[in-house]
Amino acid sequence: MSGFELAAAVTTKRGFVIDFMWLVPLLPFLAFFTILFFGKKMRSRGHSVGIFAVGAGLLISLIGFAELASGYAQVQRSWTWFRISTVHLQFGMNYDFLTALMFVVVTTVSLLVQIYSTGYMNDDSRYTWFYAALSLFTASMLFLVIANNLLQMLVGWEGVGVCSYFLIGHYWEEKENSSAAIKAFITTRVGDVGFMFGIFALFFAGHTFNIIRLNHEAQTGQLHGSLLTVAALLLFCGAAGKSAQFPLHVWLPDAMAGPTPVSALIHAATMVVAGVYLVARMFLVFTHAGAALNVVAIIASITMLGAALLALVQDDIKRVLAYSTISQLAYMMAALGVGAYTAAIFHLFTHAFFKALLFLGAGSLIHSVHSNDMADMGGLRKYMPHTFRTFIIGSLALGGIFPLAGFFSKDEILGEALRSANSGTAATAWVVFIAGIITAFLTALYMTRVCIKTFWGEYRGHGHPHESPGSMVTPLWVLAILTMTVGLLGFPVIGPFKEWINVPGQESPGFSAFYNVILPVVSVGLAGAAIWLGYMLFYKKRWQVDILAGPFAWMYRLLVNKYYMDDLYTKGIVKPVQYTFSKAAYWTNQNVLDGAINGIAAGTIATANFTYDELDQKVVDYAVNGAAGLTGASGGLLRYIQGGNVQRYAAVLFASIAIFIGLFALTSIVHI
Amino acid sequence: MPVSYFLVLSSLLFSIGIYGVLARENAVLVLLSIELMLNAVNINLVAFAALFKQSGIPGQVFALFVIAVAAAEVGIGLAIVILIFRNRQDVDLDEMSLMKW
Repeated sequence: MSGFELAAAVTTKRGFVIDFMWLVPLLPFLAFFTILFFGKKMRSRGHSVGIFAVGAGLLISLIGFAELASGYAQVQRSWTWFRISTVHLQFGMNYDFLTALMFVVVTTVSLLVQIYSTGYMNDDSRYTWFYAALSLFTASMLFLVIANNLLQMLVGWEGVGVCSYFLIGHYWEEKENSSAAIKAFITTRVGDVGFMFGIFALFFAGHTFNIIRLNHEAQTGQLHGSLLTVAALLLFCGAAGKSAQFPLHVWLPDAMAGPTPVSALIHAATMVVAGVYLVARMFLVFTHAGAALNVVAIIASITMLGAALLALVQDDIKRVLAYSTISQLAYMMAALGVGAYTAAIFHLFTHAFFKALLFLGAGSLIHSVHSNDMADMGGLRKYMPHTFRTFIIGSLALGGIFPLAGFFSKDEILGEALRSANSGTAATAWVVFIAGIITAFLTALYMTRVCIKTFWGEYRGHGHPHESPGSMVTPLWVLAILTMTVGLLGFPVIGPFKEWINVPGQESPGFSAFYNVILPVVSVGLAGAAIWLGYMLFYKKRWQVDILAGPFAWMYRLLVNKYYMDDLYTKGIVKPVQYTFSKAAYWTNQNVLDGAINGIAAGTIATANFTYDELDQKVVDYAVNGAAGLTGASGGLLRYIQGGNVQRYAAVLFASIAIFIGLFALTSIVHI
Repeated sequence: MPVSYFLVLSSLLFSIGIYGVLARENAVLVLLSIELMLNAVNINLVAFAALFKQSGIPGQVFALFVIAVAAAEVGIGLAIVILIFRNRQDVDLDEMSLMKW
């Protein structure tokens, strides 16, 4: 209750556009239906509608953000959706800086991806459907972000899930791709079960779905104890599923089966960051939930290191980027785990741009050489100068090189982790810090490997590579420019980002005033060392060891087999279910359910036959035919009277009158 | 003059009319026979009006009314007969048995 007033009391100036932010999810949602019903008749095959909707959304988002930044009030609105006895289920909007930032990120990336797709997907047979699904995907994510209660969030959450299923399985003609779509859907669904139970637990304890109120109750201690811890951990299950954290990360690399622009959208702005967003939204619940944040930090540390190592041995360029995404999402999670809220959001913000850039760049390469495999690339810097330059910018940003976006955000996370480690506020901070440092090194190393394998050396593929069309190169350059500039928003001490995203429940600005100058020097030095090492290993081919038989062979096998996680799931869960539960279900279906249904069907047929033979044929038809026959017979008799001779009619008339008069006269006489 | 004279005359006229209607084949003569029957009725009406003077002149009025209706009726009837003649070059009622099953 007081949560609303608390938020409203900060500033009282009302914005103009800011009240209409619900338009931003609504526009792509309407675009979805428009494209679905009318897209095929349009000259643009539907993309103009999608691009216009999300472009308008971006414009509104930017104005809304500007209004917030110039001191207008945040907006909390809710409408009753439906009621179950005393429980009001609501849908509403919650527009604060976090929402505003997500809006800008989602609409920007979605707009650029849609423009890019006009080139990339041009020859696709399901072009219109692709744009419809992209619009719905964007709308779902925006709906999730604007949600002011957990149930509404769940609706957007599942909408994002189902759209990712559509899009990952876009090339469903190949079994492998549709399997990947199903895997993505089911794996995230495992986490979703946790998410739902987390919502139930919070509702049970706090009697509300409202996010702000739940956070407020957690902060004031109305929600407490083991129930809160359990609820937070269950929410984290959902977040781990969506954001591909260990051990539910297995779907994300397979999600590369979708078209590359979709990968960019999934990895940069929608879908995977939803998990991080959930934890950030429920941050006060997590911070007051005992060990929950420590669990988040530990899981994230495992994930970031494990995924970065896996990225080192992949040959599919998109899979390298996929593992990189898992690793970077773990960075954000880890930052939340040590309480570095602002740094986590900042990394989410910058990562969206450079990861979208990298994926779209990879898409440009794939479009050119018609292969995902880096073995078919090489030497492409001569053929694709624009893709080369932008991809290098994105790689350097991901590697954390000054002054690109990734440098600032990664450094904030490491700095915050080090600070909490030093102050001893979180026991897990040291783990996060060390894992983060090693991951930073590995990130620079695997990105060096990717760049050398694709852009340097000799071209190893088939056909003639060519630069992509302008519709694809332009979004690359826009993202490259954003990658170079958005990091400055979070420039230490003077950047405005910390004014926008405050740690919930604290008055202090997002980043500590104290800034360690040594740390960035060390981290850039590490990244430089990693690039040098990558250069020596993959370009100069120094210190070659036989990875298939040498001392590191076991490690290589472990990584190539992805820590045997997929095998574990297949043999440990899928097969037993398939061979025992499925068989039992099949037996029940065949013998019990089918028997009942067949029995009912046979009974129905027998009843119907009896009704037809006895009732319909004998009773009803007899009555109907009898009535008709009677009418016919009487008509046959009566027609002889109507001879057509007028004089005969007249004779009958006069005769009848004569008879009547006779009768009358007779009765009169008798009467007298 | 006793009223029975008029009634006898009227009955004779009416009977001739019935005979004409039932027995003649020419449609024009049938129409003329109908006029005879109507006039027989008129004689009756006037005769009874003269007999019951105290009850005013409804008999005469009705006789005038019957004459007016008869004029209209014979107009329509002759029109029909002319149309039939135009179509069939004949006004024989025995041949006009189209309105049957």
